[in-house]
Amino acid sequence: MAIIGTGNIGCDLLLKVMASPHLRCDSFAGRRTSSPGIELADSRGIPTTAGGIDALAEMADRIDVVFDATSAKDAEHNWKILEGLGVPVIDLTPAHLGRFCVPALNLEECLAEPNVSMVTCGGQAAVPIARCFSDAAEDLGYLEIATASSSASVGPATRANIDEYAFTTQKATHEFCRVDTAKTILIINPAEPGIVMRNTIAVPDSENIDMEALRVSVDNMEKRINSYVPGYRVVVPPVATGDRIMVTIEVEGLGDWLPRYAGNLDVITCAAVAVAEGRAEARR
Amino acid sequence: MRTHSERQLKICDTTLRDGNHAVSHQLGRTDIVAYARAAELAGADLLEVGHGNGLGASSLQVGRAALSDAEMLTAARAQLKETRLGVLSIPGFATVERDLKPALDCGVDEVRVGAHCSEADVTRQQITMLRAMDVTVKGLLLMSHMASTKKLIEQARLMEGYGANAVILMDSAGAYTPAAVDEKVGALVEALDIEVGFHGHNNLGHSVMNSMAAIKAGATIVDVTARGFGAGAGNAPLELVAANLHLEQIETRLQLFAALDAADLAESTFVKRIPTNDSVTIASGIAGVFSGFAAPTRRAAERFQVDPREILMELGRRSVVAGQEDAIIEVAMGLAEKNSLYDIV
Repeated sequence: MAIIGTGNIGCDLLLKVMASPHLRCDSFAGRRTSSPGIELADSRGIPTTAGGIDALAEMADRIDVVFDATSAKDAEHNWKILEGLGVPVIDLTPAHLGRFCVPALNLEECLAEPNVSMVTCGGQAAVPIARCFSDAAEDLGYLEIATASSSASVGPATRANIDEYAFTTQKATHEFCRVDTAKTILIINPAEPGIVMRNTIAVPDSENIDMEALRVSVDNMEKRINSYVPGYRVVVPPVATGDRIMVTIEVEGLGDWLPRYAGNLDVITCAAVAVAEGRAEARR
Repeated sequence: MRTHSERQLKICDTTLRDGNHAVSHQLGRTDIVAYARAAELAGADLLEVGHGNGLGASSLQVGRAALSDAEMLTAARAQLKETRLGVLSIPGFATVERDLKPALDCGVDEVRVGAHCSEADVTRQQITMLRAMDVTVKGLLLMSHMASTKKLIEQARLMEGYGANAVILMDSAGAYTPAAVDEKVGALVEALDIEVGFHGHNNLGHSVMNSMAAIKAGATIVDVTARGFGAGAGNAPLELVAANLHLEQIETRLQLFAALDAADLAESTFVKRIPTNDSVTIASGIAGVFSGFAAPTRRAAERFQVDPREILMELGRRSVVAGQEDAIIEVAMGLAEKNSLYDIV
């Protein structure tokens, strides 16, 4: 397979692909000849190119799948080219060009899709818990997701397209959960050392929630996500605070590319690797 | 030292936006109509209106507003002629399509785009888009006590580069001393070609002094609220800043008595409690935590039976920023758990 995009997500993904017994990275494609990402790949003996999508298009017949870790705008352009060549894409940008995938919720259904959208890091972390809320509720009216990530882990592409992040996360919440209105909030925190990625999923206390069912399903969901994101933890189990019912989860990373606090990278790169491994297994 | 003598000092009245923090964002239509009329008479240059955290921020995370953004803006718009209508927009809460465009359709004259003081690049999308539409845009650096002067200059220059017409340093935690204001505002005035402003809070009792220090250091925009109406210990009171400007003979559009009237009107209508300092707001200032955390911290302390000051000090140690209100519950629960270990009951 190949990776396009050599920023934080691309680098973290590369290291996780290298650690997977089922995957091999044949090309790490960027647009600049020298970047920290290209240096990383060079130092690990992974073939690199500064030719971007055109370089990958030339070797299309040798690629089973492309991971897109660029930006929402570039991913659209890349998909136009790869779709024409019949190369499937696992998209880690918020472009939402194909089917949404959150492995804990619908991995099996996505394995044959030509373009799989990995939503956003906040989506991977929080939408499964949002699903627990909607499963434990009767007619959920309103749900919100507040994500706080460390400054160092939020790259330039996200910062330049912060609106796309919000809309894509909201759309995925609607796709996976029965809820009338979903809202997302993104906070970037510059504290040093970095804060561990945190997500709070909350509904108003006026919603009719079966708390016991919610506790059990959050517990199960945590275990299920742990199977592909080891640092995923519930830090505030379901609690009614008076005005809301909330759950807070944190995601600690493996520390592959950025320090361990940057779980927002791991939560989406681990999910993307889970999809690629699932596809590899399905083909065997 | 550059002077901005050609630029008259402008007063931005944020009573109907920052003040909303003090009443859990429950300002109603009649409050907005009455105060907008008073602010127009007082000669405020800009009246900022909305949820305490700005456009699109009504949420469980930071509190749900009684009115929609559009309801608040149209109520104020009808009362204003010379005073311009402004909104706050924080990327991460507000989006262009869902929040900003509808707000502009309500007749907003000016957008102030805010980001935590070290994260100015998240404002690029909104500032460039608004400038392309020829809207007046100002950049706000929130919690600016947390960054060095050098960092603030770098971040303010980013906003200037995106096309912002001014940059305003927000003392969101009320943690500045007059000496720090003099240094940081002065450095920004020196470094930028655009105007510089200051937004004070009163957690350490410095809001008026800091506002005057900012003006002396070259700031040409100062934010105020009637009676200091705002989160925690409140803001720089409009009436006290007006009085000091009068004494110092500093020229603005403010009419002294009409400004005093506006503050009286606010007190007689929607200011339920005149902001004052107590142990919680002081702890918040010392910890350097966002002033808006005071009310939710009190509620969490009550619910989990812990000392609100301890919650704030711990939040300060974690360097939480505005918008991370969910951390209050987590810290309160953690303290409650720790305390129960020592219970000898």
